[in-house]
Amino acid sequence: MERSVKLHGHWASLFVHRVQLALHLKGVKYEFIEEDLENKSSSLLLYNPVYKKVPVLVHGDCPVAESLVILRYVDDVWKDNPIMPVDDPYEHAMVSFWCHFVDNKLSKSFGAAIRTSGEEQAKAIEEFHQNLMFLEQKLAEKGSKFFGGEKIDMLDIVIGCGCHWFKAVEELSGLKLIDPNLFPHFLEWKQNFIESQEVKEVIPPFEKLTDYAKSIYKKILGHDNN
Amino acid sequence: MAGEKGVVLLDLWVSPFGQRVRIALAEKGVDYEYKEQDLMNKSELLLKSNPVYKKIPVLLHDGKSICESLIIVQYIDEVWSNKAPLLPAEPLARANARFWADFIDKKVYECATRLWKLKGEEQEVAKKEFIEIFKLLEGELGDKTFFGGESFGFVDLALVPFVAWFYAYETCAKFSMEEECPKIVAWGKRCMERESVSKTLSDPTKVYEFVLFLKKRFGVE
Repeated sequence: MERSVKLHGHWASLFVHRVQLALHLKGVKYEFIEEDLENKSSSLLLYNPVYKKVPVLVHGDCPVAESLVILRYVDDVWKDNPIMPVDDPYEHAMVSFWCHFVDNKLSKSFGAAIRTSGEEQAKAIEEFHQNLMFLEQKLAEKGSKFFGGEKIDMLDIVIGCGCHWFKAVEELSGLKLIDPNLFPHFLEWKQNFIESQEVKEVIPPFEKLTDYAKSIYKKILGHDNN
Repeated sequence: MAGEKGVVLLDLWVSPFGQRVRIALAEKGVDYEYKEQDLMNKSELLLKSNPVYKKIPVLLHDGKSICESLIIVQYIDEVWSNKAPLLPAEPLARANARFWADFIDKKVYECATRLWKLKGEEQEVAKKEFIEIFKLLEGELGDKTFFGGESFGFVDLALVPFVAWFYAYETCAKFSMEEECPKIVAWGKRCMERESVSKTLSDPTKVYEFVLFLKKRFGVE
């Protein structure tokens, strides 16, 4: 008998969206449990005692936490539509590397770029651009719709599910984060991602997410000014 | 470099991250060429092989470069899959191993660096956090021989190089891992019974000397 699949999440969390998209791409039915992040359920705290965060996937009664770990788990269990290269350790390592890069170097430099000001911010933005350029070049070399080729892969999922933040920050702060002259391939990839059928079926509308990101960003700016 | 056959490791003798890779290669019985790197004067090979981070370790295999220690270890596990599996085969056990290895990566090194770099109240905070991290790991280890159960595996490999740094951390921050986390210390000793580990880990005295050298360089007395 098939074990139940539950996903503890929050409607606006980009980390949760990653898991939702992966499950959807693989045709996996699951129950979504919306968590109030100000008042986390006892189940969530039980299933993720280390970080107490969403997303947590519960398969049967076995929890898996941390979005990148969950994505790999989903790919290991449900073999349809692989999101990681199959039988190619080098390509596998490359996708892992770039996902790790997005969640560490790229996202840290993005965070620094939006939280600082003046000269410090200019430096942070430059570093963010240097980091984004690696992805721009990767897309230029590959010449395909997605990082995964014609189909969305794990790297597409990992960056794609956060990309509404770029627009949110640019619109709120007037910062030129992603210059179309410097990052044409990245912007084209972004459009491909947000317009893809599977993404539209699962992820909340881009505009709604952008507005939500703006509300978070306003709080961050307000907090940093105190 | 392209098309070159064989396995080359760009590394630094004392790096716990590099040691993860060396232990993995030893477990698998893979022959490789070790190239010690000068991180104050990075080689063109290092910069070309790891343009993103410019860090060690970097594994070069048949002309291709793989970076980030845990990613390298997983690559080694997949390529040389005929011997000494490092990650479990079962998906949930694999996920658990990846979770804890990721936890170690997120928490241990950063906190440990604050232990020797800071003084006074800030060092006390770092010490408290460090012990909490290892108590959590101790909880995960439980009464098992290794983190993966009966076999030495991915999580053990991810953590064990830091065992050689315990003496340095204890001396800098004045505490005892034996007192705070006896199960971890016992686990460390069990790991050291494996040749792949004992031949790879640095001598704790030499690690302490290295930390003193870093303290001097950063102007921390």
